[in-house]
Amino acid sequence: MEHTIEAFKREESLGARHSGAAAASDGKIHIERTQYPYVTGSSVLGIKYKDGILLAADMAASYGSTKRYKSFQRLKPVGKHAVIGASGEMSDFQQISTMLDELTLRDQMWDDSNTLGPHEIHSYLNRIMYQRRNKFDPLWNNIILGGVKNGKKYLGVVSMIGVHFEDDHVATGFGQHLARPELRKQWRADMTLEEGVRLLEKCLLVLYYRDRSSINKYQIAKVTEEGVTISSPFAIETNWELEAFQNPTKNAEGSW
Amino acid sequence: MFRNQYDTDVTTWSPAGRLHQVEYAMEGVKQGSAAVGLKCKTHVVLASVNKASSELSSYQKKLFKIDENIGVAMAGIIADGRVLCKFMRSECIYHQFVFEAPLPVSRLVVQVADKAQVCTQRSWKRPYGVGLLVAGLDEAGPHLYYNCPSGNYYEYYAFAIGSRSQAAKTYLERRFETFKDCSRDELIRHALLAVKESLQDEELKSTNCGIAVVGADEDFHILDGETLQSFIDTLEDNKAEAKEAAPEDPASTSGGGEAGPSAGAAEEPPAEATPMDM
Repeated sequence: MEHTIEAFKREESLGARHSGAAAASDGKIHIERTQYPYVTGSSVLGIKYKDGILLAADMAASYGSTKRYKSFQRLKPVGKHAVIGASGEMSDFQQISTMLDELTLRDQMWDDSNTLGPHEIHSYLNRIMYQRRNKFDPLWNNIILGGVKNGKKYLGVVSMIGVHFEDDHVATGFGQHLARPELRKQWRADMTLEEGVRLLEKCLLVLYYRDRSSINKYQIAKVTEEGVTISSPFAIETNWELEAFQNPTKNAEGSW
Repeated sequence: MFRNQYDTDVTTWSPAGRLHQVEYAMEGVKQGSAAVGLKCKTHVVLASVNKASSELSSYQKKLFKIDENIGVAMAGIIADGRVLCKFMRSECIYHQFVFEAPLPVSRLVVQVADKAQVCTQRSWKRPYGVGLLVAGLDEAGPHLYYNCPSGNYYEYYAFAIGSRSQAAKTYLERRFETFKDCSRDELIRHALLAVKESLQDEELKSTNCGIAVVGADEDFHILDGETLQSFIDTLEDNKAEAKEAAPEDPASTSGGGEAGPSAGAAEEPPAEATPMDM
């Protein structure tokens, strides 16, 4: 008993807020760091189009194989010029959202004509993710950040280990494998809004057919010079009569 | 400014609602040798009058680069200015490291002003005795700011600080509306001519003045001696034009503009450096 109370007091003084500390049988503290995610979001997609950026994600937050939460918003505006979407551990995403809210609030409090652009926010995010990785206590997310400022379009990714880059079209999770090939084939820099949305819906549909942890309820975020809008949830029409879905165990006798 | 019983501490108000120590600090800036700043649509130029403490010594450096897009000219206690420079440089580099983007000038200037204000409200501190002309470029365009020992900051089209700066200010006041359409080289010429007004019985040479430029396509840098001398030489060619435009008698203008005691100090022979410049 005494060991546990002592260990708890020591944990407090160490300020171990992010990690779980447990007293083992020998009375020493074992700081546990993030080993695996619990409540997770699946893919996020992002593309540049003629007037700005489009991001798309479904609204599921799974608890292992259970589709626990079906109205979880995984896309979030950041300041006036950017939107962020995350896959991975959703509680970490919420913490990142809080940090970004604080950042944009402090930026506003200067009360001058300067605002943080998407590039600056991407850089800031990268520093956070990399710092946590160095402590072996990562924020378990793969994040897409898109924005438009002064006519310049920006679309970037930050991973949980701090790898960061920019591209014309990006995806996280299964989207990297199922959506990117389609985006590579179909993406053009001068797509209109309708063409961009149609392309994203095509990719989302593939993900719904083939990614077990996705649901047919999506949001699309649009960023242009005018600002950020996130659509209300919508669904896409599915067709399960496609030939590819007939006789699914054709190539794997005995499975279901 | 007269000595009175309310000027011992910076934290003592006078019955008239003034903080005399802060005002004395601003006087200190007026004792330093002049610095001038002006901007056009694309560039900002800083100019300084450099003094040497003796024939054996080098001329005091008063122009400093803070970041690729920001630089300062100072007048007053240069040692105080150097410390503020170090602070500004570290703020800029921190912002660059976290955001991979240059710190906007307007933000840097507010940070310096807040730092200066602290020194006006602590009994164990004294105000910084240096005025900073901050020249910089950010998304909103070119900027020229003046940071005062009082903790105030002001934005200017053109400004001059330090001793005999009134003459330079008069030169600038007559022409500032034309500055925004000036080219970079024209702006440098104007800066040199303005600084010339602040010299008394001294020839403008590349050794006793300094020029620094920053522009959209030009990182902040201080002009080297040769380039500076060639600008000064072109001034000579247009000397007649400059003489017409300049005020009739710089000495009387500056003498009339300042209060009694400090005008006496300003009239000292220019070859001797005032103590604050060291």
